[in-house]
Amino acid sequence: MSAQIAFYVLALGALVSALGVVLVRNPITSALNLVVSLCFVAGLYALLEAHFVAAVQVTVYAGAIMVLFTFVIMLLDLGTVPARTGPPEGIPKATIMGALGAAFVGLVIHAVRGDIRVPTTAGMAPERVAELGGNSRLVGELLFGPYLLPFEVAGVLLLVALVGTVVMAKRDSVAKSTASRRNS
Amino acid sequence: MDLISILIVVAKVAFVLIVVLHFGALMTWAERKQAALIQDRIGPNRINILGVKALGLIQIMADGLKMIMKEDFIPAGAHRLYHTLAPAIAMFPALVALAVVPFGPSFDVAGRHIELQVANLDVGILFVLAVSSLGVYGIALAGWASNNKYSLLGTVRATAQMISYEIPMGLAIIGIVMTYGTLEMNKIVELQGEYFRLGGLPILPKWGIFYQPLGFVLLFTALIAETKRTPFDLPEGESELVAGFNVEYSGMKWGMFFLGEFASIVVVSALVATLYFGGWQIPYVNLMALPALPRVLLGVATFFGKVIVLCWLQLLVRWTLPRFRYDQLMHLGWKRLMPLAIANLPLTAAWIWMLGGMKS
Amino acid sequence: MIPLAHYIGLSAMLFAIGAAGVLVRRNALIVFMSVELMLNASHLGLVAFSRFREALDGQVLVFFGMTVAAAEVAVGLAIIIAVFRSRKTVNIDELRSLNG
Repeated sequence: MSAQIAFYVLALGALVSALGVVLVRNPITSALNLVVSLCFVAGLYALLEAHFVAAVQVTVYAGAIMVLFTFVIMLLDLGTVPARTGPPEGIPKATIMGALGAAFVGLVIHAVRGDIRVPTTAGMAPERVAELGGNSRLVGELLFGPYLLPFEVAGVLLLVALVGTVVMAKRDSVAKSTASRRNS
Repeated sequence: MDLISILIVVAKVAFVLIVVLHFGALMTWAERKQAALIQDRIGPNRINILGVKALGLIQIMADGLKMIMKEDFIPAGAHRLYHTLAPAIAMFPALVALAVVPFGPSFDVAGRHIELQVANLDVGILFVLAVSSLGVYGIALAGWASNNKYSLLGTVRATAQMISYEIPMGLAIIGIVMTYGTLEMNKIVELQGEYFRLGGLPILPKWGIFYQPLGFVLLFTALIAETKRTPFDLPEGESELVAGFNVEYSGMKWGMFFLGEFASIVVVSALVATLYFGGWQIPYVNLMALPALPRVLLGVATFFGKVIVLCWLQLLVRWTLPRFRYDQLMHLGWKRLMPLAIANLPLTAAWIWMLGGMKS
Repeated sequence: MIPLAHYIGLSAMLFAIGAAGVLVRRNALIVFMSVELMLNASHLGLVAFSRFREALDGQVLVFFGMTVAAAEVAVGLAIIIAVFRSRKTVNIDELRSLNG
């Protein structure tokens, strides 16, 4: 019963704050709504016994990625975008999108009506997971066992992103230095 | 879950909150006295109630009263909601992070097994990392919502600083996780109750500081940087940014930033005491062999004793070192701490491999 | 126990909200955030399936998803900043110089 209440509270929170991301005008409010939504979804992960992913969600998503977003919004000072004048041109588009989205959700809910049965092959029920040393340990063993190669590739991906970001952020000075080299 | 176990949880939560807040308040007094000691002054000694001065402790009450009575001012052009929300968000991590820190040994009473830890989470340390990473928002909102250049500059500095120092912090913690092979805080404390033995004789307790001396230095530095106090107080930098992100705050809202800062000192100490100094364990004394009451009293006293010593160490750092320049700050974080933290990992791995792997 | 269908329904709703945001909003940053929302919705679906299949591989996939998201956000924000520097706007309707 308490799990039911928790689910509906978390789900409602996630939905309301997700709507907040899309509907509000102020980008900072959008970003904060997304942070709240991510935290609610992390709560849902915890409810699904995925504690490790829940913790990573809050640390990486809410704590690092979204900080970057707020940082950039503050840096570009987009919070003070002047209110648009003239008729809101987005309304027809928004109506169509709303209808399409509702249709999509209706389709999914129709497809899963009643309930879905999925095969349980790996036998990692929560009780078994607790017996084997907890969710974090098992996910870690998967990451460093069968998924070692993807894990390493993910590391390389992060490095590439890091270098790419530095290059782009340093674009001006790089351009300047190559220009000066060409001149000399 | 019956009523009594709910009450036990509530009691533990209340205990932790009360301890953190009172420690935070007492730290303001300790800071003044420590500063006075270092600067050859006496420190707070005037305020009294009917002549009782209690070593200047009454000053805390006077300060609290002052902050509550002051006008709560919201500047023109500020975002009212975020301006109000920011102090609460800034204070949140300090109050919540201690939930996974065990502050005493477990005991059985009336057929119940009670762990002196609010929540024994599977993810343990990761929870602390997750919560502390949310602390940035309080500062970010405070600076942005104040509609003040100095605030915004302070915020930009704070955000960059906190993100930078989260990396050595996380890497240093990985060293501890590798050493003890678990994320759960109570298991880490339990494992620190064992000893390095030479010919069967216990020589040294298996404390994190002896496994990870480098990790300790890195984590302690990074955590002090996360508390944004001198020498890492660039986000506030009175002489450059007036007061940085909290320049537009007054009254109890400012008080919450202030109290949150001091509470985070306590959290840092509790965390370091748990990870590197054996938590509630007393070296060469097997607390678990004692009967319940002395075990709990001794354990809790030991833990808070360690916390107090570490708090004092932070105060010493605060009043001895001058503020870094911004480039020095970034240099330290990215070019000193981070390579060292990364080097610490293969070192730890080699050490574990030489010892033939840790158990558990 | 909450049925799996509820999680999938919630995931679909979050996804639809994100998709609507991508197509309706014109601030590049909010479009980007909406993309994150869609990614997050799919992660929720993965974790739910992982729980009900009693296999942890779904959670590993989510972990990789978050890694990719982190990389993507870092690069994406750098692009947005670069665009803002040269064009002084992040309105995607005004950024159409590649529009044939």
